[in-house]
Amino acid sequence: MEQILEIRHLSKAFGSHQVLSDVDFQVSKGDVTSIIGASGSGKSTLLRCINLLETPTGGDILYHGKNVTRGEVSASAYRAKVGMVFQSFNLFNNMSVLRNCVIGQEKVLGVREDAARERALFYLDKVGMIPYMNARPRQLSGGQKQRVAIARALAMEPEVLLFDEPTSALDPEMVGEVLSVMRKLAEEGMTMLVVTHEMAFARDVSSRVVYMADGVIAEEGAPGDIMTNPRNPRTREFLSRFL
Amino acid sequence: MGSQLITDIAALWAKYGSVYLGGVRNTLLLSIIATALGCLIGFLCGILQTIPCAPGDNFLKRFVLKLIRLLIRVYVEVFRGTPMILQSVFIYYGVPYFFGVAFGSIWTVSIVVVSINTGAYMAESVRGGIMSVDPGQTEGAKAIGMTHWQTMLYVILPQTLRNIMPQIGNNYIINVKDTSVMFIIGFSDFFAVHKMVSGAVFKYFPSAAIEMVGYLTLTLSASLLLRFVEKRLDGSDNYELVNADQLVMTAGTYSYPASGTPFDEKSQEYREVKK
Repeated sequence: MEQILEIRHLSKAFGSHQVLSDVDFQVSKGDVTSIIGASGSGKSTLLRCINLLETPTGGDILYHGKNVTRGEVSASAYRAKVGMVFQSFNLFNNMSVLRNCVIGQEKVLGVREDAARERALFYLDKVGMIPYMNARPRQLSGGQKQRVAIARALAMEPEVLLFDEPTSALDPEMVGEVLSVMRKLAEEGMTMLVVTHEMAFARDVSSRVVYMADGVIAEEGAPGDIMTNPRNPRTREFLSRFL
Repeated sequence: MGSQLITDIAALWAKYGSVYLGGVRNTLLLSIIATALGCLIGFLCGILQTIPCAPGDNFLKRFVLKLIRLLIRVYVEVFRGTPMILQSVFIYYGVPYFFGVAFGSIWTVSIVVVSINTGAYMAESVRGGIMSVDPGQTEGAKAIGMTHWQTMLYVILPQTLRNIMPQIGNNYIINVKDTSVMFIIGFSDFFAVHKMVSGAVFKYFPSAAIEMVGYLTLTLSASLLLRFVEKRLDGSDNYELVNADQLVMTAGTYSYPASGTPFDEKSQEYREVKK
């Protein structure tokens, strides 16, 4: 499969606190990768580094062979191709649901107004949020907000979609509606990188599971292998709490 | 006593009513223009002060940014830290002193003084307003590829404007009252009319009563107008559900099997659990 992202020796330190050390990692087209691990193990930081929301302190990120950390691709052009969905939704509070999904296309991609609207509606339909297209983010439930956030990211038609604990701020019912949207995306062949605590999602939907501990990738492999037969004792320890 | 006051006020108003109204007009015009320009200055300073400065940027950019921040700091401290009455004489007499040219009109100098004074306060309000917008908004904008300026223009500043609306109102009301100090350089605002009229006819208290009512009317109507604008900026609390698309219905009423929706699958799982 065609490789989209390659992460080489990535490290990140906040002051003297080393959060990521020497992480190597590839994302190929169609991969659905779940990153699991305890809080503080560096999962979110890894994702935020990949989207350049945090500046890595070492290592390289290559996007189709072009070095992003060295500025061979501009940060905003790169981010437009690598979408992100946040734990706290981060919808634009000053815009309607529809406008949230249109603004990026218009201003970043230069899509014409009517085409942008059509595309936004297509993705809002996909996440079942068309009825709410005129609502403001503050009027929606958490699950609805997250579905809009997914539609907003999709409307940019990214090559990879990063999910940073998309369901951690939601109650169990809302978790269901967001996960089923994500499951549908995975089935449609979207390349996804998901930091999650939803072990069932990691097991059933992803094509690869990465277990992180203390800022390094402790184990990675097919979900069946990792979930049922973890080799690393720390992975076993971690998973025993869930399964 | 009360009837005496009423006849005095009536007499004053009959004779000088149009003069008072002229003063009201001048006060209103000056405060509106100066508050608007002050907001502009404030936004400019606030935006310039919050340009991100990463350690990786080149030396020149960092130097220029630091210099801008320093200049704005000095501007704010000087104009927030001295009385406006003093600033007006300082500028009114200082400009001819240094440049040899006087201001063409008393309006120009008044607008300049009140605007930069308001700007100094607004600079801090805007900076605070920008910082008070959830950092997640910036991250959301960056994550879809917006540049710093696009993020500012479309996401941060509209929310900043809403957040600092009460501050803008504050500054406007303060300006309505404090432009009265501009009489020192000969600006004929509402309060200057009081000095002129009461000096001419020696009716100090009745004239002051007219002024009190006049100023309160100006400030109260401004407060009301501001509340209205704030409500408008917030938008309606209600929204219409759009059900025009036949394929999409409200959550829970979904029954179209061919198109997979989140709700379908949830109910499937639910059925499985029930079995």
